Amino acid sequence: MSDRASDIRVSPATGDDGGGEVRYLSQADLEVPTHQIVAPDGSYDDEAIPDLDDEELLDLYRWMVTDRVFSRRMVNIQRRGELGTFGSTRGQEASIIGSAFTLTPDDWLYVGRAWTPMFMRGASMEDMILFWRGIEEGQEAFAKVNAQIAISIGSHLPLVSGIAWGMHLDDADAIATAYLGDGATSTGAAHEGINLASSVGLPALFYCQNNQYAISMPYEKQSGANTIAQKALAYGIDAIRVDGQDVLAVYDAVSSAREKVLQGEPVFVESVTYRLDAHTTSDDPTRYRADEEVDHWESHDPIERYREFLKSEGLWAEIDHDAIVDEIETEFDEALAAANAMEERAVAEMFEYVYDELPPELVRQLDEFEDLLERRPEMYDFIEQRPKG
Amino acid sequence: MQATIVQAVNDALHGEMERDDRVVVFGEDVAESGGVFRATDDLLEEFGNKRVVDTPLSEIAIVGGAAGMAMYGYRPVAEIQFSGFLPPAFDQLVTNASRIRWRTRGELSAPMVVRMPYGAGVRALEHHSESLEGAYGHIPGLKVVIPSTPADTKGLLTAAIRDPDPVLFMEPKRIYRSIRAEVPEGEHEVPIGEAAVRREGEDVTVVAWGSMMPPTLEAVDEGDIDAEVIDLRTISPMDTETIVESVKKTGRCVVVHEGPRTLGVGSEIVARINDEALMYLESPVERVTGFDTPVPLLSMEDFYFPHPPRVLDGIEAALAE
Repeated sequence: MSDRASDIRVSPATGDDGGGEVRYLSQADLEVPTHQIVAPDGSYDDEAIPDLDDEELLDLYRWMVTDRVFSRRMVNIQRRGELGTFGSTRGQEASIIGSAFTLTPDDWLYVGRAWTPMFMRGASMEDMILFWRGIEEGQEAFAKVNAQIAISIGSHLPLVSGIAWGMHLDDADAIATAYLGDGATSTGAAHEGINLASSVGLPALFYCQNNQYAISMPYEKQSGANTIAQKALAYGIDAIRVDGQDVLAVYDAVSSAREKVLQGEPVFVESVTYRLDAHTTSDDPTRYRADEEVDHWESHDPIERYREFLKSEGLWAEIDHDAIVDEIETEFDEALAAANAMEERAVAEMFEYVYDELPPELVRQLDEFEDLLERRPEMYDFIEQRPKG
Repeated sequence: MQATIVQAVNDALHGEMERDDRVVVFGEDVAESGGVFRATDDLLEEFGNKRVVDTPLSEIAIVGGAAGMAMYGYRPVAEIQFSGFLPPAFDQLVTNASRIRWRTRGELSAPMVVRMPYGAGVRALEHHSESLEGAYGHIPGLKVVIPSTPADTKGLLTAAIRDPDPVLFMEPKRIYRSIRAEVPEGEHEVPIGEAAVRREGEDVTVVAWGSMMPPTLEAVDEGDIDAEVIDLRTISPMDTETIVESVKKTGRCVVVHEGPRTLGVGSEIVARINDEALMYLESPVERVTGFDTPVPLLSMEDFYFPHPPRVLDGIEAALAE
């Protein structure tokens, strides 16, 4: 009999065999605090402010505004038919920026709903526009900065654990981070990915943005668990629950988590936030959520909350908000122009990269297809390359 | 009544839920929001939240849960939001749903339906556009059905819900709303496992299904070809007889499908023709298919699936020799 099997008879913590009485472990017995530094009214405890210099504090603001402007512009061009389906991040700026601000370029990043972290790592807005236009070069650019976007919900968690496994074998001074949503925590892949990280002891950070909805499904129906954070305990890893509308609290929590993860102790972070816009531009949220609820969250804007903090710290005077917005708008305009100028691509690109070396059957299919396109130019009546959406 | 394919899905669900209170509809976003394509619109209001249920984001639980519920005696109709999200649940189809009857020597069975929109052409994100009916048709014990008209959608889905075996019901989302046609009111059942001859002809047999029916019919019209056009309708079990009888008459055949060519359904059709009608063939059977590549992201997806000129090219190749 293994040691573990013999341990089953008694509580590992107390050695107490329960005295024959059935005792339940209950979520109700568990206190799950939510880490917060700046309260919704803008008040805060000086002592709790993370160790960031003024420039970094201002950067947090600039990136949050970048995130907001980018989402707005993307939704706008989608409505003009210049983009495929797009998922806005409005309302989640503090959650996204505060967490990504803790990562280094060597850390791997696999996101669900979070685009600006790609810019923070050096990808361009043009790359992101290309991605949402369904042009493969966007993903290529993200891969160059150790980052990817996962479309299949939850499927990336085992992948992130695998990347972390490689880092573990290499003794790398870096971590692998999976951004996921509340919905993803219901997928089988998420459970298996987190469990793997826990069982091997991998430098993986699971950063869950609980934005309250998986398309139409509110978190209360997504799971019977009181919080997502506490699910980590079942895997044997530590968790933090943080106010995702408080950028400093998010930064503080994820910084702390990252240090622990670097030691090979995976951490799960639940960031409690809210998706103000629709799930995607194809979604109509008025079918499943009340206006009052959205109004409530609109009035608890994470950027405004942080602005109050900057004012209290005397840093607001150093910010020209309109100039920041203008700068981002200009960057977006230039990115859009560059994306629009992208040349028409060759049909061979559909076949490239399926394998390292194109197998003979694929060579044959490509040759036949190119021949067909030449013989029957009427094919182009049915083909729209849609570089502009 | 005139209806689209997606309306026909809704009509069949209404009809069967009314007829049989064991029918339970569930999946992601099917209740409150009526499904992302509105296929389950109004069901929650009519049948309540015990029979129309929003599930967590859990494909494995949706398909495995349907199998369990069916074993217990209910008639679950589960929705997978996009066919690209079925692969996590592939295990439940292969390991459980399709084998329960066989495993228990008929003591238990899994009379369930998994519905899902499939196919390219709606400018969706990655994983939303695949046509993997070949992979699912490979699973013994699982029936795979793909309608192409509103009337067949209602009739086949009704039959699928009443079927004693698990049915994967693949809905061609590219033509969800582009076709509006007459759908019989009230009860309407179309038998699973029977192909339909959409057009009779003498020169060549063209076999297609689902989203490939409109470009196939367009190609035949465009080329003014005396083709016998067969809508397969059921991938598994396949109606070999209708295909073979037609090929014996025409001596030529083209198979059109959107999924990848290698080990695709077309391969199986060619093999069956070889088995049963080889000596009638006047030319090799042509395949017009998707490529052995992932479906490209939206900017190039129009290149991927067979359009009428490609279908016509295949038909002319079959006729040339």
